Amino acid sequence: MTASTLSDTMGGAAAPVRKARRSSREGYKVNWWLTALMIVASLTVLLPLYFTVAMALKTPDQIGTGTGLAWPSPMNWENFAAAYVATNFPRAFMSTAFVTVLSVLGSLASSSLVAYAIARNWNRKFFRGSFIYLLSAMFIPFPVIILPLIKQTALLGLDNPAGVVFLHVLGGISFNTLLYIAFVRSIPVELEESARMDGATTWQVFRKIIFPLLAPMNATVGIFAFLGSWNDFLLPQMMIADPSLQTLPVVQMLFQGEFNTNYSLAFASYLMAMAPTLVVYILAQRWVLSGVMRGAVK
Amino acid sequence: MTATSRVAQTAPPAGRNLPTSASAKTATLRSRNRTDPTYYWMVVPVLALFAFFITLPALVGVFFSLTNYAGYGDWKFIGLSNYVNIFKDPAVLQSYIFTFVFALATTVVVNVVALAIALGLNAKIKWRTGIRTVFFIPMVLSALIVSFVFNYLFSNTLPVLAERFGVTPLATSILANENLAWLAIVLVTVWQAAPGATIIYLAGLQSVPSEVYEAADLDGAGSFRQFLSLTLPLILGYLVINVILGFKGFLGTYEIIVGLTGGGPGMATQSVAMRIFSGFTGGDYSYQMANAVIYFLITLLISVIQLRLIQRRGVSL
Repeated sequence: MTASTLSDTMGGAAAPVRKARRSSREGYKVNWWLTALMIVASLTVLLPLYFTVAMALKTPDQIGTGTGLAWPSPMNWENFAAAYVATNFPRAFMSTAFVTVLSVLGSLASSSLVAYAIARNWNRKFFRGSFIYLLSAMFIPFPVIILPLIKQTALLGLDNPAGVVFLHVLGGISFNTLLYIAFVRSIPVELEESARMDGATTWQVFRKIIFPLLAPMNATVGIFAFLGSWNDFLLPQMMIADPSLQTLPVVQMLFQGEFNTNYSLAFASYLMAMAPTLVVYILAQRWVLSGVMRGAVK
Repeated sequence: MTATSRVAQTAPPAGRNLPTSASAKTATLRSRNRTDPTYYWMVVPVLALFAFFITLPALVGVFFSLTNYAGYGDWKFIGLSNYVNIFKDPAVLQSYIFTFVFALATTVVVNVVALAIALGLNAKIKWRTGIRTVFFIPMVLSALIVSFVFNYLFSNTLPVLAERFGVTPLATSILANENLAWLAIVLVTVWQAAPGATIIYLAGLQSVPSEVYEAADLDGAGSFRQFLSLTLPLILGYLVINVILGFKGFLGTYEIIVGLTGGGPGMATQSVAMRIFSGFTGGDYSYQMANAVIYFLITLLISVIQLRLIQRRGVSL
């Protein structure tokens, strides 16, 4: 697969030479000008993050009428405790985690099963038709279905995090199935045949042989589902009726009141909401990027 | 697991009456020519849920767009009146103009920025892994929270800095300026969306064999010349994917506007999606459903163009 070679170069230091053509003939010379330029450019990402941290550690007095860019001294750690209480952080965190974990598991299970069944029965009209039908979701943007959808889920008592899980899984199923199908096709049928000779059922073949082989794609689908679910604002905001069950991004709306001036509290809360994905990303960046890269190649 | 499979075999699900003999000759290695019913159990529940949660609301929406339903109470059919009225509604028209101008501008800037970053990351630079990690951070953050952070930067930090350096046009918040607010939205969207596009470009750049550059080197082509006549044509397929996926995504912009301007000042930055969502509270449910159907047809048209272009370029999707 081209995907695996690409992710290797993505993760390793052996990426092919592009720029610095002249120097390449003298060996592996680093292009320092370009390195400097890239570092300066990366400040566009780092500055807003630095600013968020600096703001979160200030007292309202330290913010005053300044730019907010100065590093506070002394640092005011109480903002985090105050934000923890003001947003009822544990509850919002649990709600977000609930939606995210179930969405990831649901996406992995449903799309891999569907992809396996479709890929192994491609010569049957029913399965080919199902594939095309599921792909149709890629052409329906959420704003188009959202008004009737909210009414429908409310009627069913799904105006809660569980309802959001359903929509996250089903909303991503076309893309995820597409990713999986290509991968399932690359798994030789002979692997299954011998297991079937030994009397394994289709379920057992899937669970014991196919699903473990899908591991690279599971990572890709899992990463996309995790990020999409954790950061989603639209669906939780519109679907979840009980404010105490709201997810972390939606809870941040609390600080957008007309008369709210406690910015340090707000920024402490923003930082706490951003921290989980940021920490996971920094710790597992090589793994995350190669997973996302595999999705991009598709 | 075994219990489920036993159930699956004793209760053949819907679709069992599909023709099974035709595939017999194509089945080469398969020992049986009947489809194992288990396969149906893998697909049918998902199909049912999908139909219920995605297809049904779409059909219900189309249905109500032909009525005068306000979101509550009685309703009756009014034919295509909603559609006729939408074309005469200056507020809707304005939201479409804003959304298209915004999506177009953002698509251009995102692709220029993303391609530049991808070229930089793909070149011989020091600390590649660290720099790459930093550039992809925006991808993992919530767009809404990012917008809240930028909201403060635009409305407090920037004016203070502008005053200090005597740049009077920026001394008031650009978010409160009817003519400039959209630029702030473009900027934050670029910040958020560039990493995704960069990844696709990186995949493209790494698909170009290095021999091609070595040959160009021997012919004495400079870096810029190499980029224009070699790199760009070779990654054109990736550019097409990025432009179309990006444009379609930016047409549905919502969160970043909520975090920055809330659609204001006035209605200057109200996107189509925001207009449609106003159908919840405004009492014009059926009217906004008609708007949603029009929006769907526009995105469908773009998707068709996308498929055409991709097929012609031979890029598989």
